Amino acid sequence: MSSTALKKLFSRPESLKPNMTHYCPGCGHSVAHRLVAELLDEMGLREKTIGVAPVGCAVLAYNYFNFDMVEAPHGRALAVATGIKRVHPDKFVLTYQGDGDLAAIGTAETIHAANRGEKISTIFINNAIYGMTGGQMAPTTTVGLVATTTPGGRDPDRDGAPIDISQMLAVCQRTVYIERCALTSVKNIQKAKRAIKKSFLVQLNNLGFSLVELLSPCPTNWKMNPSDAWKWTESILTKTYPLGVIKDTSGLGDVR
Amino acid sequence: MPSEKMLMRGAHVVGEAAVRAGCRYYFGYPITPQNELPEYLSSRLLEVGGTFIQAESEIASINMVIGASVSGGRVMTSSSSPGISLKQEGISYLCGQELPAVIVNMMRGGPGLGNIAPSQADYFQATRGGGHGDYRLLVLAPASNQELAEVTFDAFDLADKYRNPVMILGDGLMGQMMEPVIFRDPIDPKELPPKDYILDGCKGREPRAVFSMLLDPPTLYQHNMKLQKKYEEITAREVRYETYQVNDAELILVAYGTASRIAKGAVNRLRREGFRVGLFRPVTLWPYPKEALRTLARGGAKIGVFELSVGQMVEDVLMSVGSTSEVYLHGIPGGPIPTPADVAQFALSVLKGDGLVGRKVEI
Repeated sequence: MSSTALKKLFSRPESLKPNMTHYCPGCGHSVAHRLVAELLDEMGLREKTIGVAPVGCAVLAYNYFNFDMVEAPHGRALAVATGIKRVHPDKFVLTYQGDGDLAAIGTAETIHAANRGEKISTIFINNAIYGMTGGQMAPTTTVGLVATTTPGGRDPDRDGAPIDISQMLAVCQRTVYIERCALTSVKNIQKAKRAIKKSFLVQLNNLGFSLVELLSPCPTNWKMNPSDAWKWTESILTKTYPLGVIKDTSGLGDVR
Repeated sequence: MPSEKMLMRGAHVVGEAAVRAGCRYYFGYPITPQNELPEYLSSRLLEVGGTFIQAESEIASINMVIGASVSGGRVMTSSSSPGISLKQEGISYLCGQELPAVIVNMMRGGPGLGNIAPSQADYFQATRGGGHGDYRLLVLAPASNQELAEVTFDAFDLADKYRNPVMILGDGLMGQMMEPVIFRDPIDPKELPPKDYILDGCKGREPRAVFSMLLDPPTLYQHNMKLQKKYEEITAREVRYETYQVNDAELILVAYGTASRIAKGAVNRLRREGFRVGLFRPVTLWPYPKEALRTLARGGAKIGVFELSVGQMVEDVLMSVGSTSEVYLHGIPGGPIPTPADVAQFALSVLKGDGLVGRKVEI
């Protein structure tokens, strides 16, 4: 062999199946899937992971993730995950949920699983809209954003205000770690990866409930091209949902 | 060895039988009149290293059941009528995903909040599928604390055998009533046969996915036809019923659960007076013991249905006997509990054909 043999720097994680996803161009789900899969590989967790898929755009997550998965009814992922974790306290349990699933129909399950301090890691994809059902208002839809059910833009007097679910969960005593990141620039995606890693470590250290909120572009339903959607996420969506650590009582310090 | 004879409340009997049957996971939400069951399990499951969670809602609890079941645990939830309505979505998913679970419904009067008196008004919901989609539950309707212990034990085995939820259908009276009971030997859940579909991490095997979303129409069709085949198998194998004094009967009363206890009292009373009256008691409400009832009806007896609902089970009776027998109904909604004397009056009214109590029903 010559001394210039090529070194493999990048490949598909084992935790992802070689299936083409159904996600739209510019959607954040593909990036989020990739981050989760990379971390499960890197942390040696794939074979002890049980994932819960939501309803909404990520309902088919079990077609893409290469580990044990179950599909939950609308909004109930954290209740299903609670049942799983109580049977398998030694396994790694993950829910992957969108804003409609986690912050609307599943609000009760989300708050109470967090409040029980379930040792589960939750990936919360916030794209401020209902994607799968065709662009209706979500509880996270920002004021003024036009959705198919807010034709003049979201009006708080008629439609209520955007819900900051991460702040709400931070109030629960048994939540250990909550951080909000954005799937936009390379820098932000790397930050998101570190946050997800920390959330995984919180569970592995048996500390309690953790959640990483990922602001995620939805070019199709926002009616933008992918590039504009990324920019809008970073410049406008972050005004309603500022990035950063919202709560951290893990004592784990910086994660690299 | 089996337990000594114990005097216990029905709700506690279900809890004890569940633990002895290997149930280690219970998720529920309080609602009267079945709270003594979760209260019992909240301490009893601790003793055997199990898990009890008082969930934030009936909806959350049935979904915790999904999670525990897909993980391989023997799991139970319980509720009463309005709470069972809330669990229906999850029950549909359990059926779609073919996951075993035991669901106890100690029925109360409805619709809406109704009352907490004994009732059998959830018959349609239990036997027809209160949730969405083409599915069936095995529905077991015991009539005594001893039978409550037996069917609770069997319910877990049936759920595992068919990978399908099983409902134990009782009522507020049954949950509260104290009677002697002898329990079977306890099972160690660790010694139950392994399940090849559960999620426990994919170490050493291909990952598994458990889901019920089948977007491709032919695939959903095949899945539903597979479920139907399973339901046909259950119908062929698992029918249970009891007959009492039916051989020479001119009139056969049909009743289940608490209503059958009252009807049996009526039969005894009428037999003493020389009337040829018997009782047919379905134990499985789904699958309904159609063939057995049809065979009895061919003997020429009239049929008198007595139920604590205004006419639900009577439809299964009509579907069983067709036009072979005259069918009469005495249906009482939740609230006042008739006495054996009341049911005897119904029976006499049918025998005399005076139409004073109950009414004739036809297909």
